[in-house]
Amino acid sequence: MPEGKLCNTQNVDTEEQLQALLNDKSGKQYYEEMNHLEVDAKKLYATIQKTLKSRLRTWLEICAHCGMCADSCFFYLANKKDPTQVPSYKIQGTLGEIVRRKGNVDNAFMQMVMDTAWSKCTCCNRCGMYCPFGIDMGVMFGYLRGLCYSQGFVPWELKIGSGMHRIYRAQMNVTTEDWVDTCEWMAEEYEEDWPGLKIPVDVQDADIIYTVNAREPKHYPEDLAEAAILFHLAGENWTVPSEGWEETSLAMFAGDWAACKMQVESVYDAMHRLNPKRMVVTECGHAYRATVVEGPYWAGLKGGQTPIPSFHYVEWVAEALRTGKIKIDPDKRIKEPVTYQDSCNYIRNAGLSDVAREIMSYIAEDFREMRPNREHNFCCGGGGGLNGIGRYREQRNVGLKVKRDQILATGCKLVIAPCHNCWDAIRDLEEEFKIGIRWSFLKPLLIKMAIVPDHLKPEE
Amino acid sequence: MYAFVTGPLAWLSFTVFFVGIIARIIWYFRGLNWQMDRVAYKEHMTYGIKGAIRSIVFWLIPFGTHSWRFYPFFTICFFTFHIGLLFTPLFIYGHNVLLQERFGWSLWAMPESMATFLTFAVIIAALFIILRRNALPEVRIITKPYDYLVLAIAVAPFVTGLLANFQIGNYNFWLIAHILSGEVFLVAIPLTKLSHFIGFFLSRAQLGMDYGIKRGGMKSNGLSW
Repeated sequence: MPEGKLCNTQNVDTEEQLQALLNDKSGKQYYEEMNHLEVDAKKLYATIQKTLKSRLRTWLEICAHCGMCADSCFFYLANKKDPTQVPSYKIQGTLGEIVRRKGNVDNAFMQMVMDTAWSKCTCCNRCGMYCPFGIDMGVMFGYLRGLCYSQGFVPWELKIGSGMHRIYRAQMNVTTEDWVDTCEWMAEEYEEDWPGLKIPVDVQDADIIYTVNAREPKHYPEDLAEAAILFHLAGENWTVPSEGWEETSLAMFAGDWAACKMQVESVYDAMHRLNPKRMVVTECGHAYRATVVEGPYWAGLKGGQTPIPSFHYVEWVAEALRTGKIKIDPDKRIKEPVTYQDSCNYIRNAGLSDVAREIMSYIAEDFREMRPNREHNFCCGGGGGLNGIGRYREQRNVGLKVKRDQILATGCKLVIAPCHNCWDAIRDLEEEFKIGIRWSFLKPLLIKMAIVPDHLKPEE
Repeated sequence: MYAFVTGPLAWLSFTVFFVGIIARIIWYFRGLNWQMDRVAYKEHMTYGIKGAIRSIVFWLIPFGTHSWRFYPFFTICFFTFHIGLLFTPLFIYGHNVLLQERFGWSLWAMPESMATFLTFAVIIAALFIILRRNALPEVRIITKPYDYLVLAIAVAPFVTGLLANFQIGNYNFWLIAHILSGEVFLVAIPLTKLSHFIGFFLSRAQLGMDYGIKRGGMKSNGLSW
């Protein structure tokens, strides 16, 4: 079975493998090797027979080809209603075809499947809400990504990403030492302005265990400090784990299910080790989806629940505002028109739309909804790992038009996006289309608006 | 001929229909897997059933979902077609006379004019569905000959029934054709994608449980379909 040095069906389990992939700039050699990767049709079909059960088979079989999924897909709309972007067409032409051919597909076909699965679908699951049969093509594309991964047809960045999870239990090469150092550094950095500020590591029996996205310690450590400030203001008894602090899962985007399991188990282990009452996850959509919504199933937890109750950051913020743990200075509320980006992963796929509105009612004087909104909102355009894949940058940028037009229609210049992927996509759409907007997570806005009790203020 | 198609052949087709539907249901349930589907069906049955009912009921109401409201023309075609397709054979007077003769019981029978109206409605809705298939690029691209075949199977009993009823041409020929096409329809339901007759409910229930249990149903009032 010819396999490349970099592009192959092997998992990335060692630092050497990872480094070799990282050294291959933009995945040039990786994609070249992919052209020669042989499809293991037998294994592919065996996997399908084992895992493609009644739900997915029924979906593939009964699709009435009515086209009602067409307008639900932002790629279809952004690509001027190109019929090849109709979700049904995309899944029938890929997964449907592999099943019909009993896995007997060639390299070119698998590359087409890979391109479709990652550049024409972000697994936002919106189409599933518009199909009369409830055929969720996002779920099917997620499954298809797993098949692609098992055959070695996975975008370079995501092969690296899943390798990162396997090696570091984080989507980036942040070691335990790096993480703990960052916590200490941030606490020290901000202590002068916030006397008594701490980022407590590995405290037993805390009320809250706080977990993050590795991008935060790696590239935006101030986000961690902001979380600490808000917990400090709210008087929370909280901690972060030294290990098992990473909530994200590029492995989920890659379809590397074994790595998904490893990743979430590291977080669940931290829960068992430190025995906190509940977990709060940072402002990241897919992190919450991976670790709280899907993770328990990867880990084989029968009730489908995390070992302790888990909450997205917006749930904690809404609670803190509702209970008065954090009070907003009425004069500092957002006066300008402001809109909210409903993340697919924690709004459509986790039911938190009311919570988001509750927050806006406390902090904004002129909150304007995008249309459509809540569970029906469109993907930002960068979900499902698409933001991070160089090979599909052009397709991603075209897809951003739908979100651009939604934002423009609100007349707002400020977009609140409590999700890393949405935040990135909106930043990139501003860079691409220059529509003059600003975008923000909740944390920095809340810190500016919160009333600081006298005993927490620095001495003059 | 009449005795054969209304006797052994009718029994055979009803048997295939009922056994096929039951087999479909069993196969579907047996193929569900909490870990692979990532839905804890059993552990959260109450949330699951609530989600399943919501997911089915909203979609059974014309304009009851965002999607039905988004495509009003198709929604009208769809409901006209399906209401006619289901109600006409069950409640048409002629069928109930047969039931009474054979088994000594019958269902409520609708007035003749209503049956004729519904039959025309099914045929006209089917024509619009075909036109739509051809007119819209996003539907045309996914349309296969198989889609026309199942549509033809579903509509054939209505066309032949109408021709027999109005005695256009040879009555006996159209009557036999009507009975045969009805039997083909019955057999085709479990064996083709017409299995959405039951698949609709199974699939909607499953996605409803998914949303009701895992994707937010336990933290919200339920998805706004």
